[in-house]
Amino acid sequence: MSTPREATPFAVFREEFCRNRVAVIALGVVAIIGVIALLAPWITPQNPYDLSKLSLADARRPPGFVGSGGYVHWLGTDAQGRDLFSAILYGLRISIQIGVMAGAIAFTLGATLGAFAAYAGGRVEALIMRVIDLQLSFPAILLALVLAAVLGQGKWPLIAALVTAQYAYFARTAHGAASAERSKEYVEAALSTPLSPRRVVFRHILPNCLPPLIVVATVQIASAIALEATLSFLGLGLPVSEPSLGMLIANGFQYMLSGRYWISIYPGIALIFLIVAINLVGDQIRDQLNPRLRR
Amino acid sequence: MTPLVLAQNVSKRFAPRLGLGERIAAKLGSPVETRTVHAVDNVSLAIAKGEVLGLVGESGCGKSTLGRVIAGIHPPSAGQVTIGGESVMREGRKSTTRIQTVFQDPFASLDPRIRIGEAIAEGPLAHGLMRKADARAEVARWLDAVGLPAEAAERFPHQFSGGQRQRVAIARALAMQPDILVCDEPVASLDVSIQAQIVNLFLKLRRELGLTMLFISHDLGIVRHISDRIAIMYLGRIVETGETEAVFAAPRHPYTRALLDSVPKLVTDSEELVSFKAIAGELPSPLSPPPGCHFHLRCPHAQAVCREIVPASDSQGGMHPVACHFPLIS
Amino acid sequence: MSGTMRNPLLEVTDLVTEFATRKGILRAVDKVSFAIEAGEIVGLVGESGSGKSVTGFSILGLIDPPGRIAGGSVRLGGRELVGLPPAQLRAIRGKAISMVFQDPSATLNPVLTIGTQMHLAIAAHEKTSEAAARARAAEVLARVGIPDARSRLDAHPHQFSGGMRQRVAIAIALLNRPSLIICDEPTTALDVSIQAQILAEMKALARDLGTAMIWISHDLATVSSLARRILVMYAGRIIEQGPVADVLRHPRHPYTAGLIASLPANAEPGRELRQIPGATPSLFDLPPGCAFAPRCAFSSAACAQAPALHHAGPRGWRCHHPRGMEEAR
Repeated sequence: MSTPREATPFAVFREEFCRNRVAVIALGVVAIIGVIALLAPWITPQNPYDLSKLSLADARRPPGFVGSGGYVHWLGTDAQGRDLFSAILYGLRISIQIGVMAGAIAFTLGATLGAFAAYAGGRVEALIMRVIDLQLSFPAILLALVLAAVLGQGKWPLIAALVTAQYAYFARTAHGAASAERSKEYVEAALSTPLSPRRVVFRHILPNCLPPLIVVATVQIASAIALEATLSFLGLGLPVSEPSLGMLIANGFQYMLSGRYWISIYPGIALIFLIVAINLVGDQIRDQLNPRLRR
Repeated sequence: MTPLVLAQNVSKRFAPRLGLGERIAAKLGSPVETRTVHAVDNVSLAIAKGEVLGLVGESGCGKSTLGRVIAGIHPPSAGQVTIGGESVMREGRKSTTRIQTVFQDPFASLDPRIRIGEAIAEGPLAHGLMRKADARAEVARWLDAVGLPAEAAERFPHQFSGGQRQRVAIARALAMQPDILVCDEPVASLDVSIQAQIVNLFLKLRRELGLTMLFISHDLGIVRHISDRIAIMYLGRIVETGETEAVFAAPRHPYTRALLDSVPKLVTDSEELVSFKAIAGELPSPLSPPPGCHFHLRCPHAQAVCREIVPASDSQGGMHPVACHFPLIS
Repeated sequence: MSGTMRNPLLEVTDLVTEFATRKGILRAVDKVSFAIEAGEIVGLVGESGSGKSVTGFSILGLIDPPGRIAGGSVRLGGRELVGLPPAQLRAIRGKAISMVFQDPSATLNPVLTIGTQMHLAIAAHEKTSEAAARARAAEVLARVGIPDARSRLDAHPHQFSGGMRQRVAIAIALLNRPSLIICDEPTTALDVSIQAQILAEMKALARDLGTAMIWISHDLATVSSLARRILVMYAGRIIEQGPVADVLRHPRHPYTAGLIASLPANAEPGRELRQIPGATPSLFDLPPGCAFAPRCAFSSAACAQAPALHHAGPRGWRCHHPRGMEEAR
């Protein structure tokens, strides 16, 4: 072939990504947080969800305190006597789980809906997109709040609330990208063969819409985690017995002014680290995939 | 000879897609474009088996739209297209695989994320024209037919040059084993030295496979070279059809004459005085085509009747058909 | 060639333009030399990637990083343009040299009227009253064949058809009476009937105004009907040059000969065209020596060395095995 052996698009992408040191560090932070959250049950000294292991005698102790379990509470304990280090790791685990799951479901639902609308055109497209526009005009937090209140507490109701609040962003993006792809000659070629509409949408149009969707996905996962924390903070998230980061912050909030800063601050720092790191990675991916910023 | 492909009174209109706001604005008298474009206006065409029909015209004349309607990509607004007696479209969807298309831009007509081999095998597999077990060998066979090595199947489109991609696009169309190939400006976006290679490939495939082709192009030199018959289009209508050499030797429509005169020729004699016999004026907007004969505004022979009555296609005295009230006599 | 020219308007010597890319340095223009007399029309012919457009941009100093002019000189009326500060280059662009692009929307601002844009183009180089500028603009518009020019000054670019927009772009290029216009494929995007109109007008303009022109194109036929001299580029180098009719009748370089032979007009209808095998080489891995050698039917061991420029009267070529030398003798 005339072109010499070229690097695969992915290798080029990786090389470009690695040139931004901040993004690489951020990716490292995300990876480390992900791994320790995943391994939480094996590396934490305490299972913070096992109420029988908690002792009120250890409640609200400052960092460095050696509790009744005989080990050091490096980050202190909360009002129930939970080891905060353990609780944060377990909280991260839940937050990431819910964020990623909500993101993945919203991605699939939104992308399919948006791409289908773009392919179908006409009234179907108008109907789907107007519903999505309408939904986008409500703040996501408001929508999630109402839904979480209606659906009640628990992991799945929370995910459902987050998906409902977020799928519209994916649908909007997928619709825009798919509309552009729809008019390209390779789609006309598929229609000329002819290939089935389902094949055209899922095999040809959607994969070519992935770059902008991936950018939206990183941003939306970060915001799903933040949203989940907000809902939990307001007491609409997970039950008190399985505190996520938001609830840990909420629980410590009342002690802030009495000098027991650690109950709120450390989970807050963990949350900020996670969200900022995901956003930094997302920013770099967006810059790389944006054709206007490319040379 | 009974024609293989028959387009009968085909029209294609594009109405502007107006949102609710635009429709209200138009009602209130805002300058919103509500007129319909008549891209193809009551065209009839027949292509015989084994024939190459060249479809010629300037941009905006509707030749690509007509090609897409014939290929079953767009449904016609009126009229119908049949291949061997069966309709190309059923219920707004293409229902035949016997007609395939090669597009202008091989950078756009191949899905960038799909390997060449899969792109070629996808259609035949979906329609049961190829068995999965044979796919590899079949792909290699079609790649070979267009002059590419079998290894090309493992690569992605971006790893090929423009000419090679066009070969892939041709192989993809051929793998569907069509009776007719619609080629929409298949060499227009290629380099000059590559154009000849692709034209030669079409000639070879035609010879070996007995292909029937609708060859759409604005390049009169290439159309003349490859076509048995040509049809000249102007503003949505076919103004003249005939054997290629007969049309080039003695064009009967004033537009055809003017078009032939506009083509720059290779001048190899420094003493030769080059003069450009340009057609006066511009192509009118297809949004508001002039009444009567569409060409009358630019035509040196136009009379009162040309402004009112659409000339019917006429093949007087055994000459090739022309849609003109005052055909040229040479 | 430049030696035979007493007083060239433009003299390009050993021009080298390079682009730094991820895959290394790409040399788009490789030691290009030519000269143009005042009022002369020269065709610069080549395929995509041959460096013909980059040559045009380099003359105007319009090479932005990561590209740079890596060597050589461009002299306009004896004045060196390479290395001139941007402000001085801007004073020359649009005044002494102007450019017309393939896509007129690259030069026209969609939100300003044609009249305003033309006034700005004049005001960039000299002080005139608005009335005087409008009068001159209308005059030039009429000159390039725009009917009812005075009232069209208040129209926006989108109100013109493609062909008319290109005429406006040409009119703007002519506004400050440049001594040289560089036209980069100005009729490629247009229909043949419009192309014929514009070619006819360009030819008349060059004759009447005495403006020299570099006509960059991939189309031998348009160049042959317009230009007096032709430069053929391949892979960044000028491989053949000379008077148009002479070069087209007796091409010396096998590439030029191949291009001419591959035209459908030079074959019997329905028969195979005489094709040049292979594809244009990537500038990243050019073959050593003559870049055309791998596609050439006449190449030999000698072609591993880059051929020097051979002169014969007004003709020049870079080839170890030039064609048609017998009849020339």
